[in-house]
Amino acid sequence: MHSSNKTELKKLVLRISGAHPEKCMKCGKCSAACPAFDEMEIHPHKFAQMVLDERVEELATSKGIYKCMSCFACLERCPRDVKPAKIAEAARAVYLRQQGASYMKQDEIPSKLDDEIPGQALMSAMRKYNK
Amino acid sequence: MQRIGVFVCWCGTNIAGTVDVEKVAQALSHEPGVVCSYNYQYMCSESGQQLIVNSVKEHKLDGVVVCSCSPRMHEATFRKAAAVAGINPYMVEIANIREQCSWIHKDMGDATLKAIILGRAAIAKVNLNAPLYPGESPVVKRALVIGGGIAGIQTALDIADAGYEVDIVEKTPTIGGRMAQIDKTFPTLDCSACILTPKMVDAAQHEKINIMTYSEVENVKGFVGNFTVDIRRKARHVREDLCTGCGLCTEKCPSRKGSDEFNMGLKKRGAIYIPFAQAIPKVPVIDETQCIKLKTGKCGLCEKVCGVKAIDFAQKDSIETRQYGAIVVATGFKPISLENFDEYAYSRCPDVITSLEFERITNAAGPTGGKLLRPSDNAHPHTVVFIQCVGSRDTSGCGKPYCSKICCMYTAKHAMLTREKYPDTDVYVFYIDVRTPGKGFDEFQRRAVEEYGVHYIKGMVGKIHDVDGKLLVDASDLINDEKICVAADMVVLATAIEPSDGARALATKLTASMDTNDFFTEAHAKLRPVESPTAGVFLSGTCQGPRDIPETVAQAGAAAAKVIGLLAKDKLTTDPCVAISDEMLCNGCSCCEKVCPYGAITYSNKEFRIAGKIETRRVASVNPAVCHGCGACTVACPSGAMNLNGFSNKQIMAEVDAICK
Repeated sequence: MHSSNKTELKKLVLRISGAHPEKCMKCGKCSAACPAFDEMEIHPHKFAQMVLDERVEELATSKGIYKCMSCFACLERCPRDVKPAKIAEAARAVYLRQQGASYMKQDEIPSKLDDEIPGQALMSAMRKYNK
Repeated sequence: MQRIGVFVCWCGTNIAGTVDVEKVAQALSHEPGVVCSYNYQYMCSESGQQLIVNSVKEHKLDGVVVCSCSPRMHEATFRKAAAVAGINPYMVEIANIREQCSWIHKDMGDATLKAIILGRAAIAKVNLNAPLYPGESPVVKRALVIGGGIAGIQTALDIADAGYEVDIVEKTPTIGGRMAQIDKTFPTLDCSACILTPKMVDAAQHEKINIMTYSEVENVKGFVGNFTVDIRRKARHVREDLCTGCGLCTEKCPSRKGSDEFNMGLKKRGAIYIPFAQAIPKVPVIDETQCIKLKTGKCGLCEKVCGVKAIDFAQKDSIETRQYGAIVVATGFKPISLENFDEYAYSRCPDVITSLEFERITNAAGPTGGKLLRPSDNAHPHTVVFIQCVGSRDTSGCGKPYCSKICCMYTAKHAMLTREKYPDTDVYVFYIDVRTPGKGFDEFQRRAVEEYGVHYIKGMVGKIHDVDGKLLVDASDLINDEKICVAADMVVLATAIEPSDGARALATKLTASMDTNDFFTEAHAKLRPVESPTAGVFLSGTCQGPRDIPETVAQAGAAAAKVIGLLAKDKLTTDPCVAISDEMLCNGCSCCEKVCPYGAITYSNKEFRIAGKIETRRVASVNPAVCHGCGACTVACPSGAMNLNGFSNKQIMAEVDAICK
């Protein structure tokens, strides 16, 4: 993920997400609806502007968007049809698909395991991150 | 017709910036019939018009083609110039090379070619033009105002003061509208009823004003100056001519389940009721859906207690047909339904209310006698949260895409009044932007923050939870980049407004146009703001778009001025561009009659002498006073008998040929 590539990353996020960040009127309803708000350092109401400002890398490497549970409350309640959840999803996808740049390294997984993690989540994580 | 002059306008750079006007004038000068061709910077200017007048005289022109802006803009201007020069004004054709050419093309070559083609079509058409002469129609000196809120009342008063008769048709049992429900008015905080009810009385007592409440427009026929309107007088079951307004019947009525519309359903009312104390007329109405007598045949208590025998259970709806010269639409607004906004818990929690319900709660004549009490348990709320933009500025499909305009100001008013009357109450306002353009408006909103200590927080509410009698309001605080939760006793939703029920059906009856939000459209957004594009139909108040009381009153006066200007005329000139039927070609099929949206076509049996024999045939004829010149009949007619003056089938085909050449 090169910084000279910022415009390309923005285009990629727009294409993957199908979102229209320029429609955002900064009302904050998404953040107000977000159950993971407290765990995020970049809150949902900032996603749209960060994409417009070509700050995809910063967004994608923040720990917060991996706390997003894709509950879609932000998307459902947004009065402007901006789709913050899809922006987050696209940012994650763009980052995770970078060769060798996976957020979660394969050998880190065992240390993160505990008894409560469902087997399906483990399989899914392996598929996503085992590049 | 052989002597045509072509006049190509630059419109400054509007046209000349994308169209090579010199080349257009040059190319068109070679068209058949053209004897002179000019281009000029502003053809609509006085010297531009003079150029046309002089050329007509110098070259003995009998037809003029102006390549300029849309005919909607300056066709009348150039027709007048032609008349000044001594030729029939209908011998002028406009080629629209601005809106339909220069403004939509970027490439000069393409735009120039298109301008030449459009000019060529206009020349081909004007070759077949014939002089036309406008007719005259009389003007009925009476106006109809639809809607009896502040907009309708003010319009009616202004028209009546000029000496013309006005009928107000109001669908509810009383005039007064939304303004009668409001407690105080911003930014001066004077009592709404105190300034409205004298106007209601003025309207009722005015000898030129006739008020028809509990009535609706059923059908509209005719045209500017000569509308015929059927008005449905809904059965009130109480005779207005006998009732004294004592109100005894309303007290004795045993049915108590009706939802009190005037109090936004916060209270129940009897089946026979007067909406509010200052209602005009102060005559009760029986709600047919609630009346025990009308539903079961038993009861009739109101009839027994009425001393003047005004109750009439047998009354039926009646239709009254009246003539009008002008119609003013003043149908107002209503708050939107909140069914798409479950996150605010409006349907679940009685203490989540709309701003209009809050008006009733703080109104001395309202369900709580003006005390701020929450609906669930009649307790005084100590923390009140106001949420702005509920359903406004919403492009997701749940709400309305527009700004409802009045909410920022009334929310500031509500917040301020709450703090003033109950200083022990904490007041929060969640907002996206505070929009307060208007005289003294921003100062008003700032007073709420600076003097009354209202907590204005930038950010929207995500969800309201009802937990142990508290309303937990989850919201964003965008300035602090925090999520906060306010434990409130009462939540007030600044609900978006939309046009009243039935606005679209009325627009259809009036053939008046509407926008996608069902607000009536004006003839010109800037220059004809109170007229509908349909001649003789005028707009007053929020039926046209969200606005506050001062703006509504100003617009109501403006609409009245336009109506007075119309009614002051003895005759109107009618457009000669109407349909005519060639009786010799007409086969009597009725196709044209069926497609005519204005009812302008009738059929009759006529005698014709054909090859020495007398034959009776059924043929169409057009009433030129009713025809709008839409041309639908000319397209529908299978035998080519229908033609539109000024737009004959031959002329249209000549244009098509010229374009395809």
